[in-house]
Amino acid sequence: MAEILLKTEKLTKSFGGLVAISELSMEVEEGEIHAVIGPNGAGKTTLIAQLSGSLRPDSGSIFFQNQDITQLPEYRRSSLGLARSFQITSVLQNFSALDNVALAVQAQAGHSFRFWSKARKATDLREPALNVLEKIGLSERVDVPASSLSHGEQRQLELAMALATRPKMLLLDEPMAGMGVEESQRMVEVLAELKGTHTLVLIEHDMDAVFALADRITVLVYGQSIACDTPPNIRSNPEVRKAYLGEGEESSETFVDE
Amino acid sequence: MGLLLIEQAFNGLQFGVMLFLIAAGLTLVFGIMDLVNLSHGSLVMVGAYLATTLIEWTGSFLLGILFALPATFLVGVVVEVLVLRTLYERDHLDQVLATFGLILFFNEVIRIVWGPASLYSGLPEGLSGHVEILPGVPYPTFRLMIILAGLLVAVLIYVIVAKTRLGMLIRAGASNREMAGALGVNIRMLFTLVFGLGASFAGLAGMMLGPLTSVEPGMGEPLLILAFVVIIIGGIGSIRGAFIASILVGLVDTLGRVFLPMLLRSMVADSTADGVGPALASMLIYILMAGILVIRPRGLFPARTG
Amino acid sequence: MSADKLWITWAGMALLALIPILIQVFELPVFYTEMFCRIMILALAAMSLDLILGFGGMVSFGHAVYLGIGSYTVGIFSFYEIDNGFIQFPATLVICGIFALLIGMMSLRTSGVYFIMITLAFAQMVFFLGISLEEFGGDDGMPVYRSEFGGWIDLNDPLSFYYFVFAILLLLLFLCHRIIHSRFGMVLQGCKSNEARMQALGFPTYRYKLAAFVISGMICGIAGALFANWNEFVSPAIMHWTRSGDLLIMVILGGMGTLFGPVLGTVLFLLLEEYLPEWMDALLFPGAGEHWMGVMGPLLILLVLFARGGIHSLLGRLRIRNG
Repeated sequence: MAEILLKTEKLTKSFGGLVAISELSMEVEEGEIHAVIGPNGAGKTTLIAQLSGSLRPDSGSIFFQNQDITQLPEYRRSSLGLARSFQITSVLQNFSALDNVALAVQAQAGHSFRFWSKARKATDLREPALNVLEKIGLSERVDVPASSLSHGEQRQLELAMALATRPKMLLLDEPMAGMGVEESQRMVEVLAELKGTHTLVLIEHDMDAVFALADRITVLVYGQSIACDTPPNIRSNPEVRKAYLGEGEESSETFVDE
Repeated sequence: MGLLLIEQAFNGLQFGVMLFLIAAGLTLVFGIMDLVNLSHGSLVMVGAYLATTLIEWTGSFLLGILFALPATFLVGVVVEVLVLRTLYERDHLDQVLATFGLILFFNEVIRIVWGPASLYSGLPEGLSGHVEILPGVPYPTFRLMIILAGLLVAVLIYVIVAKTRLGMLIRAGASNREMAGALGVNIRMLFTLVFGLGASFAGLAGMMLGPLTSVEPGMGEPLLILAFVVIIIGGIGSIRGAFIASILVGLVDTLGRVFLPMLLRSMVADSTADGVGPALASMLIYILMAGILVIRPRGLFPARTG
Repeated sequence: MSADKLWITWAGMALLALIPILIQVFELPVFYTEMFCRIMILALAAMSLDLILGFGGMVSFGHAVYLGIGSYTVGIFSFYEIDNGFIQFPATLVICGIFALLIGMMSLRTSGVYFIMITLAFAQMVFFLGISLEEFGGDDGMPVYRSEFGGWIDLNDPLSFYYFVFAILLLLLFLCHRIIHSRFGMVLQGCKSNEARMQALGFPTYRYKLAAFVISGMICGIAGALFANWNEFVSPAIMHWTRSGDLLIMVILGGMGTLFGPVLGTVLFLLLEEYLPEWMDALLFPGAGEHWMGVMGPLLILLVLFARGGIHSLLGRLRIRNG
């Protein structure tokens, strides 16, 4: 069995009276693509936010490489190798695509209390950034301001920024949200290429993509994990079918298309 | 010493109540409309001028105030409809600059209409004496009246906010604007109404301040900054926070100015105390604010969640 | 992504360099040299504000406090008969840096409306501190002797003073230019654009914003030290809260988030302040100029509502149309 890279223990978070995540314990192995699926309001984004550190859990713990990171601020987790992309596109709108990615490289290239030399002339920032942009398929668009990129391109840029921090693990919050068929297809290819070199936690509504990519799937319902298994086993799991489809007995194909 | 303490405590209370009248409207406008309104202090000034003039015309303090209140309300409504309404969607910087422009405008209008010199109205008849608040402790009747009037308004605001439908909308708006909109409320009307109310409270503070100090252009601005301190301490959008913080600031400032130099003189050499005492006393409420911020960055009673 | 047009900076600085010469050629009174000297000093303050406002997204409504602290530093040294500028100016940097660090540490824990109000409140605190310093003139202020630079620069000569200020402005403009385009500057602008994203990328944004806040306070302190020299007088009035408002207006008027915009804004603002009353007297009725603030206020509101880019972007567009 591969090494456990990320682990949560009895993670709980509620907002007012609403319990978003309830005593969730899960493990992500090194090198796998671990998808988290579940109906709307199941707590998926809340989970990502707690893993990345922008939200503090009410109770429970998070371990990354066997280190308790529950109380670490977001920027410290990022430097440990935990990168996140946002569900709502969250690139720096008035920066060019290259500037966006170069900043992400800069984030992990030592401190930025450097006041004199020009950041846009720093090859140690620009070259890795260009490489990532090429890998992600945006090399034609490097000098375009992020605000002028198409929605799909902004999603790609979002992923490029996360990648550029050279993370051990990527937390991807619906990387394909709002994408057209072709754009989604390209994103699936990019993610598939990352398999093996990166560990991914993937939240996605596009079930085709999830079942094509994931090594394991955790199903979240009302903040609790009701199943965690390989895609074929999830597909045939009666509880999952019940949660997703109500009482209806439909074929697994329909489920996949959902 | 004991006598002085009681008297100064009352002065502090009176100052605090006055601050509350200004801060109440301001914190609601912040909380509900997310609007930084620097010109709130101008409404204090407008209230003071209107009241002074109307008291002279009618020859009655009470009548003057009764006419001046709706007049200030009206000024508030006009300002909201003409200028502030276009600012809700703007960022805070725009709001700061535009309302800064409003201050300049108001001060100049006042100078044109009433002239640059200060007005002195004197205490109203029948309220110029003293009453014994405790056996052997006389206190100026007018100041006592301000405390009572202020507390009355505080109760009134509490009733409005806690018991009425308008209050429910205000509370909904202060904690979650989208939700208030989703409830099908006419947000525009609500904003105008709340702003007018806040304006009249600020105006009332100015009216009661009139007989105590000089009425002059720009008189509301130092008070506005103190009201900011109150809101920072109390938490944006919280009436309860504004009340508690107002009294706190009023007491700390008043008592600090009187007793801190005394206290220092008993501890260190006179010359040092005379130099440091007043300086420290004038900084006291800001130090209080900084201290509270360290413990609670969003104030004592933050209304908005998340 | 920066809206900066370097040619505007070069042209503007060239013009400022020529102004004393033009004044002499046209035999205008020395008053104009002094007026433009004051403009450059306040432009320096506006530029320092723009560093955190236009590039860092921090709406500081208490920036005049550093003008005040810088002025008082020179004033207090002068009071104790230490007139050496080589002591006064470094001391100004250190003292303003410490004040900015303390104020920034408190204020930057908050954001949005809180930040605006807290910077204003702290500035007011220092203002009242100045008033309560009876030894240094309290409310009335005190006279200041101009700094001595060991005979190298004579600040009592208007022309030397002018070019001394000019050189400092040029130097600090260049410094800001480098900062803006450095790694630090990129982080700062990233914080303005989307601070949450910057944190997710791994930047401890608080530290970077605080550093910018301190740098800005120090530059503004230098402007204060120069202002005390120019005025030969210092009083709490220099850090009155309306002055902080004026600085904000200068930045917006010129175009925030640009290197030279604040300088342009300061020129326009102070010229308006100087000449609007005269124009109003001439155009409306004699005595109307007394109420120039009544025109300035609505002008400001209109500016905010309809012309956000400032003069800098106007000039930028002009150039595109012509060439």
